[in-house]
Amino acid sequence: MLIIRCPYCEANRPEPEFRHAGAAHIVRPLDPSATTDAEWAEFLYHRDNPRGTVAERWRHIHGCGRFFNALRDTVSDRILSTYPAGQGRPE
Amino acid sequence: MVEIMVLPPARRMVLWGDTAVADRAGAAFGLALPHQPCRAVEAGTRAALWLGPGEWLLLGPDGDDPPLAPALADLPHSLVEISDGFAALALHGPGAARALSAGCPLDLHEAAFPVGMVTRTVLGRIGITLWRRAAAEWRLEVPRSHAAYAEDFLAEATRGMPGF
Ligand SMILES: [Zn+2]
Repeated sequence: MLIIRCPYCEANRPEPEFRHAGAAHIVRPLDPSATTDAEWAEFLYHRDNPRGTVAERWRHIHGCGRFFNALRDTVSDRILSTYPAGQGRPE
Repeated sequence: MVEIMVLPPARRMVLWGDTAVADRAGAAFGLALPHQPCRAVEAGTRAALWLGPGEWLLLGPDGDDPPLAPALADLPHSLVEISDGFAALALHGPGAARALSAGCPLDLHEAAFPVGMVTRTVLGRIGITLWRRAAAEWRLEVPRSHAAYAEDFLAEATRGMPGF
């Protein structure tokens, strides 16, 4: 079981309390009707799938309920750090 | 030894707001709302439970009606009464943490889950709000339609435990 630190509860919590919620730092176009189909498809569907460190959204659904971001290594499944939503990706 | 009790109806309100809302609500409710994550405070028959950033569950006896709405009228906030949406169970006894651990993945040792801590978590297949009021005294807030499941789950968890 993964032990994940919730940046809002400020505590390490067990994996069953969390839900994965896709890639982090995807910016929604401010005016969707002004985008081309290709740009909208890029926003909705196209994601990188790298081997190594990824930034993801997670939700502490059975806890504080809040979305936050995590850096996770897709090879080891180790979560390197977690940080509040709205904060930029750490180095 | 574990005792499982269904608690009487209670007044439940969920408050969302910033620090100013919390301060104002605390004055009207008669106890300061906790700002530390996952902490509960109680005074008399009322309690305020931190559920998330800017989110509190306010508990009182059935029919309790603290003057929160007028106190918060000019501040942006959300105040929703959810009394009938939930049922409460109390769990007493030195085996209580062990019974909960049958279905809750949290570390319930007092060093990790001290008296006064509260959090939403899971119990078996349902979500609960778990509050440690004393070393061997727990209160569970359970969605009403899941209350029988929670009670049965805990009764089953205590079967065969020492002292039963
Ligand atoms: Zn949390």
